[in-house]
Amino acid sequence: MKADPQNVLTGAHYLDGNYAIAEGAIAAGCKFFAGYPITPSTEIAERVSRRFPLIGGIFVQMEDELASMAAILGASWGGKKSMSCTSGPGFSLMMENFGLGIMLETPCVLVNVQRGGPSTGLPTLPGQADMMQARWGSHGDYEVIALAPDSPQEGFELTIHAFNLSEKYRMPVLLMTDECVGHMTEKVIIPPPEEIELIERRYTDKKPGEAWPYQENELISPMLPVGEGYKFHITGLTHDYRGYPVINAEAQAENVDRLMAKVKENVDDLTWLEEKDVEDAEVVVVSYGISSRVVQPAIAKAREEGIKVGQIKMVTVWPFPEKRIRELAGKVKALIMVEMNYGQVYLEMDRCAAGRCETYICGHAGGTVHDPGSVYSTIKDAVK
Amino acid sequence: MSVETTKQVSDEHPMEHLLRMDRIPHIWCSTCGLGTTVRALAEALEQLEIDHDKVAVVSGIGCTGRVAGYLKLDSFHTTHGRAVPFAMGLHIARPDMKVIVFSGDGDLVSIGGNHFIHTARRNIDITVICVNNFIYAMTGGQVAPTTPIRARSKTTPYGNYETPFNIPLLAASSGAVYVARWTALHVRRMAMSFAEAISKRGFSLVEVIAPCSTLYARLNKLGTGLSLMKFYHDNSEIRHGADLNDIAIDYQSKIVVGKFLDVEKPTYLDALNHHNAGIFGDKYKPYGGGNGSD
Repeated sequence: MKADPQNVLTGAHYLDGNYAIAEGAIAAGCKFFAGYPITPSTEIAERVSRRFPLIGGIFVQMEDELASMAAILGASWGGKKSMSCTSGPGFSLMMENFGLGIMLETPCVLVNVQRGGPSTGLPTLPGQADMMQARWGSHGDYEVIALAPDSPQEGFELTIHAFNLSEKYRMPVLLMTDECVGHMTEKVIIPPPEEIELIERRYTDKKPGEAWPYQENELISPMLPVGEGYKFHITGLTHDYRGYPVINAEAQAENVDRLMAKVKENVDDLTWLEEKDVEDAEVVVVSYGISSRVVQPAIAKAREEGIKVGQIKMVTVWPFPEKRIRELAGKVKALIMVEMNYGQVYLEMDRCAAGRCETYICGHAGGTVHDPGSVYSTIKDAVK
Repeated sequence: MSVETTKQVSDEHPMEHLLRMDRIPHIWCSTCGLGTTVRALAEALEQLEIDHDKVAVVSGIGCTGRVAGYLKLDSFHTTHGRAVPFAMGLHIARPDMKVIVFSGDGDLVSIGGNHFIHTARRNIDITVICVNNFIYAMTGGQVAPTTPIRARSKTTPYGNYETPFNIPLLAASSGAVYVARWTALHVRRMAMSFAEAISKRGFSLVEVIAPCSTLYARLNKLGTGLSLMKFYHDNSEIRHGADLNDIAIDYQSKIVVGKFLDVEKPTYLDALNHHNAGIFGDKYKPYGGGNGSD
């Protein structure tokens, strides 16, 4: 399905990342936004609140982030594409109902414009230290999908992609950006609506009485619409295909295994890497989001000096591109992770490298993007 | 003979079409007030002659939180305290539906207290049924924000000394347009209030004082569920329109019940549409649940 023309501001714009994310959400057909002000994400809510009234969308400024996340789940079950945005402290509060979204299998999009943490940390400065919280922040075992834009243009595009994945896999999807991308103003090209491909929600074609919220032996079931006589039940408790609570180890295994399989069995579809000069590389710099731009001068300088450095930008961070990292670990001398934290996604890379190549973390506590010099030094260390 | 009688009763349950019979027996203790309250809601839905396809129930966590699982309606068992904002999202997405939150006192006014007052403040058009048994029952009988002073619980073994919430006062002062309280004994009046609350446009609250013989009554040596029902019989006073400041519940004191508030105010969506029409004029299409392109 193509985007609805009324939602798409086709043309060349000069937008910051947060506004671009808002436009991406609107272009994707988001019609319900519940959020709570928090720096540095608030411009997304502001833009949405300004744009929604004339295009049939509802923006609600909630009492807190707990409610924001709960409300977008309710609206999603009501048939709306829904989203919220936040930053670290709010992300912590949203983890509760993010887990409910995973458990109920509810499409929606949650944006985290990361700042420095822990706690209140650095409200106005960037960080990438919520990456492991994104992966594991809610209790229990589950898999997530998380995308990381490196620019306002990608903010626009990946927000649409996030909505599409949330409908395809019937689960909340995370857009993990940061203060730098959020507040960076660049040219953003918004294509014509007919060039924006949207994945629409899949509803059951079965009649009321014959359909369950989670069909037996189906990995991803079509949803049941409310108000149409299906009279279905869903619960955050461990449940069977009927949506009925079943409190035992067998039901738990079945329920959790399937939730995880939705992502694990589709890692290839979800993996999105942009590779440059990797074929002949002896060192590969792996990064995501804004860090994947900051590393470029360092890589260029090293290559000028004849060092064979390649780059991988992870557009999808979760699920982690395990297969590709394992392949590379058998070929290269070293893998370097550059991220604005002390080595969160690095741990996954190191695990997948499994000792078959050296691994380095080029990280810091956040508050600013990397000095390319630190990336260059790490490359030099790696080829010593 | 007794087996046959049981069969006969269950076969003829008049509310079967509104209950998930494939989930019966329920998990509630005998003499719990919840069965009566659920039955009263079913009565109300019958009285209203509304399309049951267009009714959704949302619950949080706790004994009352399990209600959503037994009603044969679109039903959502959510997280602790968050039934109200989930219901708000559902209502805004589908304003043509009746959305009923059915949850307990701890869920609604302790962990969900902030959502409760803000959703009332916005006058979101949902109905909240708060079953108040004065205690956290699902977890084994701990003190609640509704436990009367002096009452014992597992975490106030020497008696409670915190002032409890007066839930009708809380709802009314936060912006609710309909507020009533009954006990589990007042089955017909409760059902009537549920029907009124569901019909009411705006945030409506019905508090139901319900017996918990397993925990509240046992820990306070108040006898059985029947003893509590007798207590309600002897100590409830119907006082419609009572001053909400005068209806706080003390330990084993009189329980003032009735319809306390029934006023008209623009709902959240009324206010939104009215306001935006004033700002944008003809360019604004009133929001009624559609996606704006119809």
